[in-house]
Amino acid sequence: MSASAQPAPPAIVRPRRESTASWPLIDRLAYGLCWAVGIGLCVVAVGIVVFMFIKGISALRLSLFVESPSQGVLREKHSGGFLDPLIGTFIVTAIGIAIALPAGVGIAVWLVEYGRPRWLMRTVESAIEMIAGIPSIVLALFGLLLFARPLFALLSGSTSTGGVLGQSFFNAGIVMAVLALPLIVGATREALLQLPARTREASFALGKTRATTTRRVLLPSIRPGIASGTVLGMGRIIGDTAIILILLGTLKLEGTGGAPLLSTLRGTGSTLTYYIYYYAPTGDGNSPQKAYAAGFVLLMMVLALNALVTRLSRGRAA
Amino acid sequence: MSTLPPPVRRIAVNRQPHVAAPSAGNGSPTAAPSPTAPRGRIVEPTLTPAIERMRLESVSLAYGDRWVVRDVSLPVRRGEVLALIGASGSGKTTLLRSLNRLTEITAGAGRAGRITLDGEEIHEIEVNALRRRVTMVFQQPNPFPMSIFENVAYALREQIDTRPLRRRRRARKGRLEPAVREALRRAGLHEEVADDLDRPALSLSGGQQQRLCIARALAADPEVLLLDEPCSALDPISTAVIEELIVHLRESVAIVIVTHNLQQAQRVADHVAFMHLGELVEYGPAEQVFGEPRQQRTRDYIGGAFG
Repeated sequence: MSASAQPAPPAIVRPRRESTASWPLIDRLAYGLCWAVGIGLCVVAVGIVVFMFIKGISALRLSLFVESPSQGVLREKHSGGFLDPLIGTFIVTAIGIAIALPAGVGIAVWLVEYGRPRWLMRTVESAIEMIAGIPSIVLALFGLLLFARPLFALLSGSTSTGGVLGQSFFNAGIVMAVLALPLIVGATREALLQLPARTREASFALGKTRATTTRRVLLPSIRPGIASGTVLGMGRIIGDTAIILILLGTLKLEGTGGAPLLSTLRGTGSTLTYYIYYYAPTGDGNSPQKAYAAGFVLLMMVLALNALVTRLSRGRAA
Repeated sequence: MSTLPPPVRRIAVNRQPHVAAPSAGNGSPTAAPSPTAPRGRIVEPTLTPAIERMRLESVSLAYGDRWVVRDVSLPVRRGEVLALIGASGSGKTTLLRSLNRLTEITAGAGRAGRITLDGEEIHEIEVNALRRRVTMVFQQPNPFPMSIFENVAYALREQIDTRPLRRRRRARKGRLEPAVREALRRAGLHEEVADDLDRPALSLSGGQQQRLCIARALAADPEVLLLDEPCSALDPISTAVIEELIVHLRESVAIVIVTHNLQQAQRVADHVAFMHLGELVEYGPAEQVFGEPRQQRTRDYIGGAFG
């Protein structure tokens, strides 16, 4: 045995964990409370997932994904599926991100790389913080007032009296972009600030302008940061109900007529959040099972996005 | 070691077998050191006569109202290595960075006196054009998070290319590849990475990364190469490889190196400028500055009395 030839390794001395016995009573209580709330939080989180899983799985049918909802049906059996809200969720998210991503990255680049004059930079920063704090229903209300003006007639359908409706996927998407913007700006800004100064210097020392440096070096380097901001923004959009309630507000996709895609985008519809709101036990839909199933799907989508954020930000650290 | 008169340079470590061999028919003085050279060989290439590229005349540099460099006059010549030595805070890095106006990134930086490149005041030259002619390698290897090829090609690319993106992409690689390989060859890195230029640059070792940064700095064929303590983050073997490279490169490009390492200055420098608290204390041929310094402060610094 060759192993016996080697000297035994020295015993490892580990410090004993600090005992709380010597602490004042108040500290011990607070310490116990910290434990309790931490564990309590886990219980709540697991409880939600398990509850939605049980409720959702039992109500979930494959047919729900391919059937349109039918309103005004009293029997739950005939109330259809959530195909339209599912499509609506994708449309609203796509429009919102398509606007918020370039705008957010642009704002963050300006803030970090240019940011002159100073007072303007501070103003922009406060504006972003302010937007982040506005309740989404207020944003939606503002959006409705704005988009119901004749100037924005192209973005939505018209009412029976000839006025501008103000409700459409375009309008909801644009307001969603405002909702997602602070998250994308924040993540991009953080990523840019974390880039070491020497990365920029290396590029400047090669005779590259600030613009070239940003486009060719900085933005490719912070792609994970931008991506996690975008995914956070997506989660925010997918989960929002108030904007949909005010700026879309019909369960089924209802186009305005005309070119097929444009008709849908100018038309109204709903998202999964609205669907849940409608079919929840307190809602008008009278089919709570459908709400559970949709809630489960929504929860899974958001959890998947969160997992993606974690992965992307870990990729950044590596 | 201090008795060895430069330009006698002894690099007393094993030569790296991966240093690029001179390609066939490449008798030019820019060739990388031969891998078959015996250990500890004295490298003494035949020098082309030194040509003055840059000239500093009574240069003073300030950040805000604090003067960090006072009244420095120096020539920078192709065909020789100029080493700036001195304790921390002596202003040598600031002086180096002023040569390609990199000091201007810092708010409040100012300058008095003249700095000329081939007779032209550098403030008259467009700043990005100047930085392509006077490039810089930093203390920390700082390759961009892209492939090896892209790192070097980045330096070569024009700022504005108006051709459609797709056509540009296709043209790009074929057109740039010879130049990229040549730059890697000059930096003595080509042999090691020739097979896979698409590897991420950050997967290279520290010494290789620094040579990649040198290749990047050489790619645009600059007149002057500035090195800011290029070996301070490297192990001794990588340091030796880069020191040899510096000695060979001076034939084709004027080199200014800032170093804290006096042995390194002795090994690579032809001229040495000793700075202390923003002043140029002594400037002269390396053997004179190290062998018989004229100033007491130089003697003290070299003797290890302060710094």
